[in-house]
Amino acid sequence: MLGYTIKRLLQMVLVLFVVSIIVFLMMSFTGDPVFMVIPIDSTQAEIEQARRLLGLDQSLFSQYWIFLSNLLQGDFGRSYVFRQPAMDLILERLPATMEMVLVAMAFATLIAIPLGVYAGANPNRTASRGIMAASLFGISLPGFWVGMMLIYFFSVRHPFLPSSGRGETIEILGLRLSIFTADGWSHILLPAVTLALATLAIILRITRAGMMEVMRQDYIRFARAKGASRTHILFAHGLKNALIPVVTIFGLQLGDLIAFATITETIFAWPGTGKLLIDSIYRGDRPVIVVYLMLTAFIFVVINFLVDIVYTVIDPRITVK
Amino acid sequence: MAEPLLDLRGLQTHFQTFGGLVKAVDGVSFNVKAGEIVGLVGESGGGKSVIGFSILGLVDPPGRIAGGEIRFDGRDISKLGEREMRNVRGRDIAMVFQDPMTSLNPVYTIGRQMDEVLRLHTNLDEAARRTRCIRMLEDVGISGAESRLDAYPHQFSGGMRQRVVIAIALLAGSRLIIADEPTTALDVTVQSQILKLMRRQVQETGAAMILITHDLAVVSEMADRVVVLYCGKVVERGLTEEVIRSPAHPYTRGLLDSIPRITDRQRRLRQIPGTVPDIRTLGAGCSFRGRCAHAQPLCAERSPELVPVRGSLDAACHFPLQEAL
Ligand SMILES: Nc1ncnc2c1ncn2[C@@H]1O[C@H](COP(=O)(O)OP(=O)(O)OP(=O)(O)O)[C@@H](O)[C@H]1O
Ligand code: SF4
Ligand SMILES: [Mg+2]
Repeated sequence: MLGYTIKRLLQMVLVLFVVSIIVFLMMSFTGDPVFMVIPIDSTQAEIEQARRLLGLDQSLFSQYWIFLSNLLQGDFGRSYVFRQPAMDLILERLPATMEMVLVAMAFATLIAIPLGVYAGANPNRTASRGIMAASLFGISLPGFWVGMMLIYFFSVRHPFLPSSGRGETIEILGLRLSIFTADGWSHILLPAVTLALATLAIILRITRAGMMEVMRQDYIRFARAKGASRTHILFAHGLKNALIPVVTIFGLQLGDLIAFATITETIFAWPGTGKLLIDSIYRGDRPVIVVYLMLTAFIFVVINFLVDIVYTVIDPRITVK
Repeated sequence: MAEPLLDLRGLQTHFQTFGGLVKAVDGVSFNVKAGEIVGLVGESGGGKSVIGFSILGLVDPPGRIAGGEIRFDGRDISKLGEREMRNVRGRDIAMVFQDPMTSLNPVYTIGRQMDEVLRLHTNLDEAARRTRCIRMLEDVGISGAESRLDAYPHQFSGGMRQRVVIAIALLAGSRLIIADEPTTALDVTVQSQILKLMRRQVQETGAAMILITHDLAVVSEMADRVVVLYCGKVVERGLTEEVIRSPAHPYTRGLLDSIPRITDRQRRLRQIPGTVPDIRTLGAGCSFRGRCAHAQPLCAERSPELVPVRGSLDAACHFPLQEAL
C-alpha cells in the first residue's frame, strides 16, 4: 500500500510537470502580456523595460525554467490586475466553488442512486421507463437554460429564492462557508440544482445499467434463496457489485464540476473560481489562469487517486500494485 | 400415514419466450417425506432446476407458476406472498445451486455470506454464529476453517466454493434441502465425502432432501426414491432399488445403460440415441417417441399418463418394460 501510494505520488508529479509545460506553451502563444501591465501611453523604452522586468526578453526555454523554478518554490506569480499572489486569489474563492459543487454532487448522488437501483431492478415497470425518459432531459438540457428557467420560476415569478451571490457566510477554520447558515442554503439551492442535473442523470443511467446486469447473476438469486429482504438484496448484494462504474463517473463528474462550474457561477453571480477564471481570461490575467489550470490538473489527479483507492475498498478482486 | 413434508401436485411452470411458450415443468407430481432423500434425475433441460426454483418461489418473469400446488407442511406455499415466502426461504427450505462458481457474491467474505443466513433465521449471538459457521466449514471438509471465514470467493477453488455453498444450505438446519447437482464440481473422493455428509445431515436432523442430478450412480447410492423427468414431465418414479434394478420406462432404461460400469470397460457406452426435442413444439403423443426403440403408432397419438405399473413403480408409457429377471 505504501509502495503504491509512493508510485502514485510520483505519477502525480509527472502529470503535473507535463501539464505545466502545456500550460506554459499555451500562455506563450496567446498574446503579449506586457500590454496588460503597462499604462496605455507608455513609451517604447518603458515597454522594453517592463519586458525585461517580466523576463519576457529571454528565450522560451529560460522563461520556462524561471516559471518552473518559481512554481517549485511555491511562487505561482502575482495577478496583474489585483497585484496579489494568484494562488491566494484562487484559494480565497475555492471554498465557494467547492461548497456549491459538493452540495450539487450530494444532491445528484442521493437521488440518482436509489432511482437507478429501482429502475435497474424493475426495468419493465412504467415508473422505471418514466425515470429513464426524464433522465434523458437531464442529460440533454443545457445547464445555462436550466439555470435561467430556475431563476425565472423561483426568483422572478415566485420570488422565494435569491438568484445571485452566496448570502451570509461564516468563517470556520479560516474558510468562509455559507452552508452553515439558512441564508447561505437559500442561495446555494438554485445553482447547486442547476449544476447537479446532468450529473444526476448520468449517475442514474450508469447505476441502472449496472443493476440490470448484476440482478441477473446467480448470487442474487442465491441471496434470495437465503430469505434476505428485497432492500438488502438490492443495496447490499446488488448495488455494491454495480458500483465500480458509478464511482468512476462520480470522480470524473466531481472534477468536471469543480473545474468548469464557470457557466453556472456566471449565471448566479456565484463568487467562485469559475467566475474568477472568466474574468481573468477577459483581462488577460495570465498568472491567475496558469494557477487555475495547474490547480485543476492537481484536483483531477487527486480525485483519480482516491477513486482507485475506493475501487479496492468496494471490490476485493481489485488490488493495488 | 402422516402427510408428506413436501407434496407437489400437478406443478406447471411456464416461460413465455419469443419462440413460444416453454412448459419447462408440465404437470409434475411427487412428494418427499421427512427424513427421506428423493433423487430427481433426467437429461439437461428436463426441468430439474426449474422445479427447485419453483418450490422456493424464485421463478422470475418471463417465467411463472401456471398451475398446480406446492404443499409444504400442509399448506400451499406457491400462493404465499413475498414477505411470508422470505420466512420459508433459507429457514424451512434451503437450496444448493447448480453453479458454485457464481452462487457466491464476489464482494463479500465467505464468513459474512454464511453469517447472513444465521442472522436472518436464528437468534444466536455473534460468537455463537461464528462458532457454528466454523464447525460447518470443517464439516464440509475445509481445513483451517477459522481463517477461511475472512477469505473472498475468488480466493477459493471451484470445489471449495461448492462446499461453501453446501455449508450455507446446511447451516440453518432447514427441514427441506434442495441440492441441485451439489457435487458436479468436485472430484470423486471429495464427492462421496460430501454426499455422506449430506446424508448424515438428513438422518440426524430428520430433514428431507431433493437431490437433483443427472448421475444415476449418485442417486442409487443416496436416494430412497427416484423421480425421472423428461421434457418437464415425470416419466417414472418409485423406490430407488426397483427403478435401478428394473425400470418400467424406456427412457430410464436408456439413462441406466449410459452409466459407465467398471465391468464392461471394453464395451462402448450405450447412449440414448437422438437428442431432447424442442419442448415448444411437442404437440400430442409421448415426447420420448422420437428416441424410443419401443414406439408404436399409439405413442404418437396419445400422451401416456403416469400410472402404477408394478411394485412401487409408476410410469408414463403405453408399453412399459417387463420386469427384468
Ligand atoms: N429464464 C428462462 N427463460 C426461458 N426458458 C427457461 C428459463 N429457465 C429455464 N428455461 C427452460 O426450462 C427448461 C428446463 O430447464 P432446467 O434448467 O430446469 O433444466 P435442468 O433439468 O436443470 O437441466 P440441467 O441438467 O442442464 O441443469 C429448459 O428447456 C430451459 O430452456
Ligand atoms: S409411450 Fe411409446 S414412445 Fe413413449 S416411452 Fe413408451 S413406448 Fe416409448
Ligand atoms: Mg439444472
